[in-house]
Amino acid sequence: MALKKRTGGRNKFAAALVIAAGLFLSGGGYAVATTVAAPSQSATYSAAQIEEGRKLFLANCASCHGKAGEGRVNASGEMIGPSVIGVGAASVDFQVGTGRMPGQASGPQLEKKPLQFTQDQIDAMAAYVASLAPGPAVPTAEMLALDGNVTKGGELFRINCAMCHNAVGAGGALTEGKFAPGLEGVTEKHIYEAMVTGPQNMPVFSDANLTPQDKKDIITYLKYVENAPAVGGYELGSLGPVSEGLFVWVFAFGAIIAITIWLGAKSN
Amino acid sequence: MSKEGKAVAKADAEHVYDSGLAVIPADAIKDPGLEPHRVRMTDKSPKHEKAAVRQVGLLFLLSALGSAFSIWAYFAFPITDDLNTVRNNTLFLGLGMTLGLMGIGIGAVHWAKTLMPDAEVSEERHLARSSEEDRARAIEIIKIADQESGFTRRKLIRRSLYTALAAFPLPAVFLFADLGKDVTDKLRYTMWKKNVRLVRDPYGTPIKASDVTIGSVFHVIPEGLNEAHHKLEEKAKAAVLLVRLDPADLKEDPAKKSWSYDGIVAYSKICTHVGCPVALYEQHTHHLLCPCHQSTFDVTEHCKVVFGPAARPLPQLPITVDKDGYLVAQSDFEEPVGPSFWER
Repeated sequence: MALKKRTGGRNKFAAALVIAAGLFLSGGGYAVATTVAAPSQSATYSAAQIEEGRKLFLANCASCHGKAGEGRVNASGEMIGPSVIGVGAASVDFQVGTGRMPGQASGPQLEKKPLQFTQDQIDAMAAYVASLAPGPAVPTAEMLALDGNVTKGGELFRINCAMCHNAVGAGGALTEGKFAPGLEGVTEKHIYEAMVTGPQNMPVFSDANLTPQDKKDIITYLKYVENAPAVGGYELGSLGPVSEGLFVWVFAFGAIIAITIWLGAKSN
Repeated sequence: MSKEGKAVAKADAEHVYDSGLAVIPADAIKDPGLEPHRVRMTDKSPKHEKAAVRQVGLLFLLSALGSAFSIWAYFAFPITDDLNTVRNNTLFLGLGMTLGLMGIGIGAVHWAKTLMPDAEVSEERHLARSSEEDRARAIEIIKIADQESGFTRRKLIRRSLYTALAAFPLPAVFLFADLGKDVTDKLRYTMWKKNVRLVRDPYGTPIKASDVTIGSVFHVIPEGLNEAHHKLEEKAKAAVLLVRLDPADLKEDPAKKSWSYDGIVAYSKICTHVGCPVALYEQHTHHLLCPCHQSTFDVTEHCKVVFGPAARPLPQLPITVDKDGYLVAQSDFEEPVGPSFWER
């Protein structure tokens, strides 16, 4: 009897309570597990800059990326240009600042070319795109100072980047005509922006993966490699067995063949 | 040639050997013989001969000069703490020694070609077969040895020797047979097991599912790898690539749907072809490329092979999150990682 009474007493609110608690816990747990850290948005832009950027965007970018940066597809549903909402100022500064945007022709990959805009115009467009939705900001000068740890940077670069960009950043081939560009001569700012935004087929290396300090270490390593003189003599592009093998095939085998012919030839 | 040798050569020349199964073509190209002797300039004109003598002398002197240069370079380009001094030291030392050796070599060949006698000489080969006397003598020696050692006569010794020789390789059979299971286990299992956290390579920091944004790539090792006894051996098997895709892009097999977590998938980084690290991830195509032989895997479809020599998809590591939101493994890989081996 007592058992039955207790069971009956629980029936009234318990089910609703259990469901509410379950929903709360699972929802909360899900939120804990999936909340994405809000991207930093440190730089502030003036309204005039954003307006200037909007005009430049409409004139130069909207034909592919849409009038409000929402992206565009053609009649058969293929993407013409991806949405730029939430890509952040860093993405604009990288893409336009290295000349990759505005794109010239479709192909396996958009390549570096002479700049089409001044840095002021790039900043204005970055301001406009950043005003659409929060996204990665352009790194500050302090984040780009070359005072990182070269050894740690080298280790992180070899683990995270070297498979595509080569151990000293000489670049390398990908599939179907795509390639990872060489990093020599790329500014610290653009290397940083590429890591945070993951342009084209490069994956994203967010601050949750490589902290700003890790990124600084990597950039310090790259600049160290770029500026350190090659102890072993001429690097042949640092491409390893490809260029070194070709050199040996052409010049060393050539010399051996020439000497062999001379040895076997009769004196005049 | 000795008198005996001449006799053998004569016997060879007179003996007619059967050609066996060889096909002798009727229109065989005739042996053109030696080409006519051509007199060298150095033999015809004393002026050229003198010049050649001078050239050889010059080459030898250049060699001496190169060796002297090497000694000078050793002192002129000392190796200090600056690594660049190593380059100059080895470069100039090497150039001097090259000149030293090449001068002697080229000089000697030039000397032989221009000044030493150049009359053509031919030496006929004789057959490799020994003379009849030698062959008879060899058989005689073997017979004497057999008689003296008693190899044929003493059955006990001969048979026990055969037994000993037959038994000798047997330990190796057991040794190599036993090697198999142990090696197979090593290849079959990795450090991953239930609830082992996925941590960042190389620092071993754990990864929250929320840290892995869409389009991100993490290079992952199992927690505790840095303290493992055979660290590199374990890493070579357990290295994992972690990627987050839009869950809508994943075409998952219903049986393996629980292996991913909200679009986050983890795959072995060891190529199933010959074991190179596969880590060239293309964010838009979701293709993983192996840099060694261009095997390409499609991350959206359980890393099936879309190009190249790899025969099998990359093994997937089943993952989930623990109560703190960190990514953990559900178990070890379901299949051995890396290239094929004899029991796979």
